[in-house]
Amino acid sequence: MRFIFKTSYQQDIQLARHGGHVFWYGLLLWGLVTAPWWLQEYWLTQLIFVMIYSIMGLGLMLLAGFTGLFSIGNAAFMGVGAYVAAVLSAHGTPFPLTLALAAGLSALVGAVVGLPALRVKGIFLGIATLSFGFIVEEGLARWESVTGGNAGIHVKAMVFGSWKVDSAASFYAVCLGVTVLSTLFVLNVLRSSTGRAFVAIRDSEVSAQSMGIHLAYYKTLSFMLSAALAGVGGALYAHKMQFISPEQFGILQSIDLLLMVVIGGLGSVHGAFLGALFLITLPQFITLGKDYLPAVIGQAPGLQSLVYGLVLIAFVMFEPMGLYGRWLKIRTWFELFPFYRKGMFKRQKSFQKSDRLK
Amino acid sequence: MQVLQVIFSGVAQGCIYGLIALGFVLIYKATETVTFAQGELMMLGAFAGLGCVTYLGWPFGVAVVVSMLVMACIGWLIERVVINPVLGEPAFAIVMLTIGVGYVARGLVTMIPNIGTETHNLPVPYADISFQWGSLVLGATQLVVMASTAVLCGLLYLMFKYSRVGIAMQATSQNQLAAYYMGIPVKRLNSLVWALAAVVATIAGLLLAPITFVHANMGFIGLKAFPAAVVGGFGSLPGAIVGGILIGVVESLSGFWLPEGFKDVAAYVVVLLMLVFKPNGLFGDNLRKKV
Repeated sequence: MRFIFKTSYQQDIQLARHGGHVFWYGLLLWGLVTAPWWLQEYWLTQLIFVMIYSIMGLGLMLLAGFTGLFSIGNAAFMGVGAYVAAVLSAHGTPFPLTLALAAGLSALVGAVVGLPALRVKGIFLGIATLSFGFIVEEGLARWESVTGGNAGIHVKAMVFGSWKVDSAASFYAVCLGVTVLSTLFVLNVLRSSTGRAFVAIRDSEVSAQSMGIHLAYYKTLSFMLSAALAGVGGALYAHKMQFISPEQFGILQSIDLLLMVVIGGLGSVHGAFLGALFLITLPQFITLGKDYLPAVIGQAPGLQSLVYGLVLIAFVMFEPMGLYGRWLKIRTWFELFPFYRKGMFKRQKSFQKSDRLK
Repeated sequence: MQVLQVIFSGVAQGCIYGLIALGFVLIYKATETVTFAQGELMMLGAFAGLGCVTYLGWPFGVAVVVSMLVMACIGWLIERVVINPVLGEPAFAIVMLTIGVGYVARGLVTMIPNIGTETHNLPVPYADISFQWGSLVLGATQLVVMASTAVLCGLLYLMFKYSRVGIAMQATSQNQLAAYYMGIPVKRLNSLVWALAAVVATIAGLLLAPITFVHANMGFIGLKAFPAAVVGGFGSLPGAIVGGILIGVVESLSGFWLPEGFKDVAAYVVVLLMLVFKPNGLFGDNLRKKV
């Protein structure tokens, strides 16, 4: 068991709490940096997708997990970012600028969505963002002069001066860099007063307000940051897919993103990464498992959505804190061995609290 | 005159939205949970009716009753097995749960060999009848939709007003804890409400079937019922129907007057405006907690 002896106030907000963090995250980073040398190209591609989804997951985590605002329309922000990248890269804009503009424009769109968020909450916000997602998707499909409409649009490779990012390894390097920067950004936001304001709003709006937190400002900010991250993820996604069309940014994608943060574990940065890992590897496992099932089940087209649904139900019912919550339990078990008790993480049952009373 | 025709079909479509929204509102009012599986329940109901009529060869009337009963059992089961254990968790956990239920329902239906992936036509006895009224053509399918909606609303109104179960449901929806103290079996009522919502969804599915055909993805129309529920005020039963009709009419009128593409998003534009300017909806009750 580890006891941290705090000798300065700085220690409370340090990114790495103790030597173990430095060692393990350093090892992880080292492994990721060297991945192109020891990983097959197929798995490298999967890793790229995990990273792209993690970036978008970080955005949604900031919004849903830390500010308590649930968005069923985050794929719309992703779509905005993706189309910005597609249009700008066709003109040969260097990719740092493309990424920045994708983030910026998505953030602006996010600010617009944030407007209803100031008046409604809970499920109504979900419906507002859902509606917004539909409107953006339809807009992308109809604005044919720019987006190419439902036929989709091809995305050129990233360029930066004379460096053209066209190999898997170089694209991986760019993704890794962006992922690390986004993660550091989110971690820094969360340990600043802004992040504490977000968490306060999540836990109780009334008490946050009475502590002097400007709800409108912070909610809009949360939406903007979330949208910006989704936009960056969308831009990378567009470059990776090389072909985008509006239906890739529809309601199903939004639900995938939500599913990701819920399964990863709401309210933890780790959760975004674990969720992305899960979301990318699940289809692979389903494909692997298909051969062992009888053909009636294994070859049926509905298998994937059935498994998704069952996994989601199982997580909400039995592990509400997601994969990260499960990991916390395992870690605590080892830390406290042999004193772990079954009810340590048990939550109190309560009567339903009414959402209708403001 | 053409406008009247458009409005007529809009009202019929709106009644469907209203019926699905009615399911949301029933569940929301009684248990404070929002379900995303209502559209899928509707799809299951339509498939149940299809199974009875096409594959078992039963007459339409019997098929309607049987599929309603079957779906009531399914709704009751879903509540028992999945929703009940997590009551008291944050509202969004339950939303995710119902999304999961929707996925499972869609997956299971798609997995039925040779049936799940096809688009089916549900043979109804009133399919090709239409009436001429002035220059207006009134299709029987649409008239049946409207009439059934009206009858169903009347029945629900009578139930909530006069029957013991209905009054108990009203009490539960106002305050679960107080209702429990008064000796109302809250848990059993919650299951019953889900069964009732599933029955309403089945009726919607069977009414929709002759208009759009039966297929595994027909549940996505449920997403259009959210705007209906919100416009009517999420906790109001007549509001759901009025909101549905409003959305239906706006949708068909914008399809008539505005350029292509606006028809699909009209419902969502309306709901966004509603949420920004009048979040409580047309009939919503404005409750405030007194600290």
